[in-house]
Amino acid sequence: MTSSLLFNITTFAYLISMLAFFVFLASRTKVLGSAAMIVAYGGLLAQTFAIALRWKESYDMGVGHAPLSNLYESVVFFSWTIVLIYALLDIKYKYRVIGAFVMPFALLGMAWAQLGLNTGIEPLVPALQSNWLLYHVVTCFLGYAAFAVACGISIMYLIKAGCEESADKQSDTGLLTMFPPIRVLDDLNYRSIMVGFPLLTLGIITGAAWANYAWGTYWSWDPKETWSLIVWFVYAAFLHARITKGWVGKRAAWLSIIGFAATIFCYLGVNLFLSGLHSYGK
Amino acid sequence: MTTPKKDVLRSLWDAFCSLKLTMFLLISLAVISIIGTVIPQGTPAEEYLATIGPAKISLYKALGFFDMYHSWWFILLLYLLTVNLVACSIKRLPHIWKIITQPVTVMEDGLERSLTNVATIKNSNDPVQLKEQITAFLETEFAEPVVTETGGTLHFFAQKNPWCRLSVYFVHLSVIVIFIGALVGSLFGFKGYVNILEGESISKIMLRSGKELDLGYTLRLEQFSMATYSNGAPKEFKSILTVLENGKPVPGYANARVIVNDPLTYKGITFYQSSYGDASEYLFTATDLDGKNPVSLTVGGQSSAKLPDGSSMCLLESTPDIAPYSPGLSGPAANVEIHKTDGTSERFVVYANHPELNIEHAKNHGKGPVLHYKGGEKHMYTGLQVAKDPGVGIVWLGCFLMVIGVYTAFFMSHRRIWVRIQNGSVTVGGNASKNQGAFQLAFESLVGRLKTDLNKENK
Repeated sequence: MTSSLLFNITTFAYLISMLAFFVFLASRTKVLGSAAMIVAYGGLLAQTFAIALRWKESYDMGVGHAPLSNLYESVVFFSWTIVLIYALLDIKYKYRVIGAFVMPFALLGMAWAQLGLNTGIEPLVPALQSNWLLYHVVTCFLGYAAFAVACGISIMYLIKAGCEESADKQSDTGLLTMFPPIRVLDDLNYRSIMVGFPLLTLGIITGAAWANYAWGTYWSWDPKETWSLIVWFVYAAFLHARITKGWVGKRAAWLSIIGFAATIFCYLGVNLFLSGLHSYGK
Repeated sequence: MTTPKKDVLRSLWDAFCSLKLTMFLLISLAVISIIGTVIPQGTPAEEYLATIGPAKISLYKALGFFDMYHSWWFILLLYLLTVNLVACSIKRLPHIWKIITQPVTVMEDGLERSLTNVATIKNSNDPVQLKEQITAFLETEFAEPVVTETGGTLHFFAQKNPWCRLSVYFVHLSVIVIFIGALVGSLFGFKGYVNILEGESISKIMLRSGKELDLGYTLRLEQFSMATYSNGAPKEFKSILTVLENGKPVPGYANARVIVNDPLTYKGITFYQSSYGDASEYLFTATDLDGKNPVSLTVGGQSSAKLPDGSSMCLLESTPDIAPYSPGLSGPAANVEIHKTDGTSERFVVYANHPELNIEHAKNHGKGPVLHYKGGEKHMYTGLQVAKDPGVGIVWLGCFLMVIGVYTAFFMSHRRIWVRIQNGSVTVGGNASKNQGAFQLAFESLVGRLKTDLNKENK
């Protein structure tokens, strides 16, 4: 058994889970929703083992380090954290249908990592040889994952709110009956960001602490740092929107989606399009 | 005359207290910050400047786009945000403070109607016994109650985590503390860099502002080394440094190791491994075919030198002894590459101990100058970032406050329970500052337990 095989199994499981969620959404067959969730849990378990195994494999190769050192490993970890946060949400609130809007993110990550990225285990470059790597990457990605879940929920919110506005007569028949009420979606959106925001804050702080330790500057307006601050500003705006007149509801949902778009740019766009201190993520 | 002035002040104050201003500032900061991630900051490379043209360059310069995070308009936005959050806090704090320090301990009808969680339990226990029962119940199941008696009606009030209502202000305070830390750092600290050759010492560094700074002591680079993994990727950049005071090594700071992610700090100044380079020097002489007109040449490890005939020479590799590579030969040798003026280039080996081979090569390849190798020395230099920032501690304090504040703001809630005994019925009311759903469940379970508790004692 190799980690590579397990990662392929994970990708396949997420694909099946996503398709099952789609069929569940269309057919409203309860058992399919549970099946989709069980497959997602299975995939999460396989991926957990795969990440642990890859960690061990790196030690067997004599270049031992946590599997968080390049783009492939971070995309895999991102996918893992998305399913993890979603699983926690499912355990607590049991709104199965959210899976149809969250699992695509996890699948997209795994499929891209497995098919499009260099999967080799590489030794750590000097810049990453620090314990801060683990704290910094884990907090950031858990935060990103919570934002991914919030984005999925916000999309559901906008679909549901849009349909309720245009034709409330039909609302009994369509797919939308499966959606939780918009009040619940709004609440879940807030709860996801409530998890993500402190984690992002911690991620930025651990990054600053590491930068100060390694380079002597806790903040140097490097594109990655700046984009993480942009993301932080957007979600800070989201949190204040909830107590500001005229910003509740749809606008807040849009802020959540824009926040996740900024998150993705901070994570991938900065490495692919801009140059800076985080170039090892290429 | 004073009234319109007051009105202006009043509306200015209201504007600064408004959450809409907060939204505007946060979103503006997010959008404006993008500029500096697209346009290179600091001193942009010539190649970049060539792509955007002189008109844009002067426009960007005028707008401060090349150092936008220190431009007046960006700093102004940060100041406005600070004023906004201070104003918001000042406006709302007294009310919150009152809730915390002067809790409403009596549930009147008006309060009862405003509560979403209210339950009534019928009970005909003796009032004195009931008082004891409820006090004991609240003490063990929730929090110690305050008991008030008004006109034959008994009121109980108990609360949990009232101070967590302050957490938002904690977060606001933490932002200001971080700003203060940054200010202290920029006023009393410095950032600079220094390059040191192997075996040499420095006592001055170059600041980012372009000025020189005297360290007050001397730093010597004993050795720089670089290790690579088997695939050629860098594994370690290492400088061995010695701190000297009055020419003598400081105990504990002799041969100190500095690698990436492990700096050296002495007297509040920290040295970080940042870059390195080759400062080796290799000596050559170029002569005519008959040995006349000798010219000395020095070639660096990463530079080239001009030959008398106009062609340029650079060094590919060198060895202090050629014997292992070319049996029968001995002594230093260098593999060089010559770029001729006609565009052609050639590579060959130049020897120190075998001038006849050097002459033979020149004869075989035209009339060009004869090159002789005189030997050389491999010298590395290290590039260190140098920093002193007395504000860092304040920044970390701010970060700590922020984490604590954000955590309590999201995950803790001020929960209040009121109980009223009146005419044989016990009315319970509850309120939470956050997470109403979870509080509702907790409230229902609490009331359920109180019911069984009272009934049990009844029998």
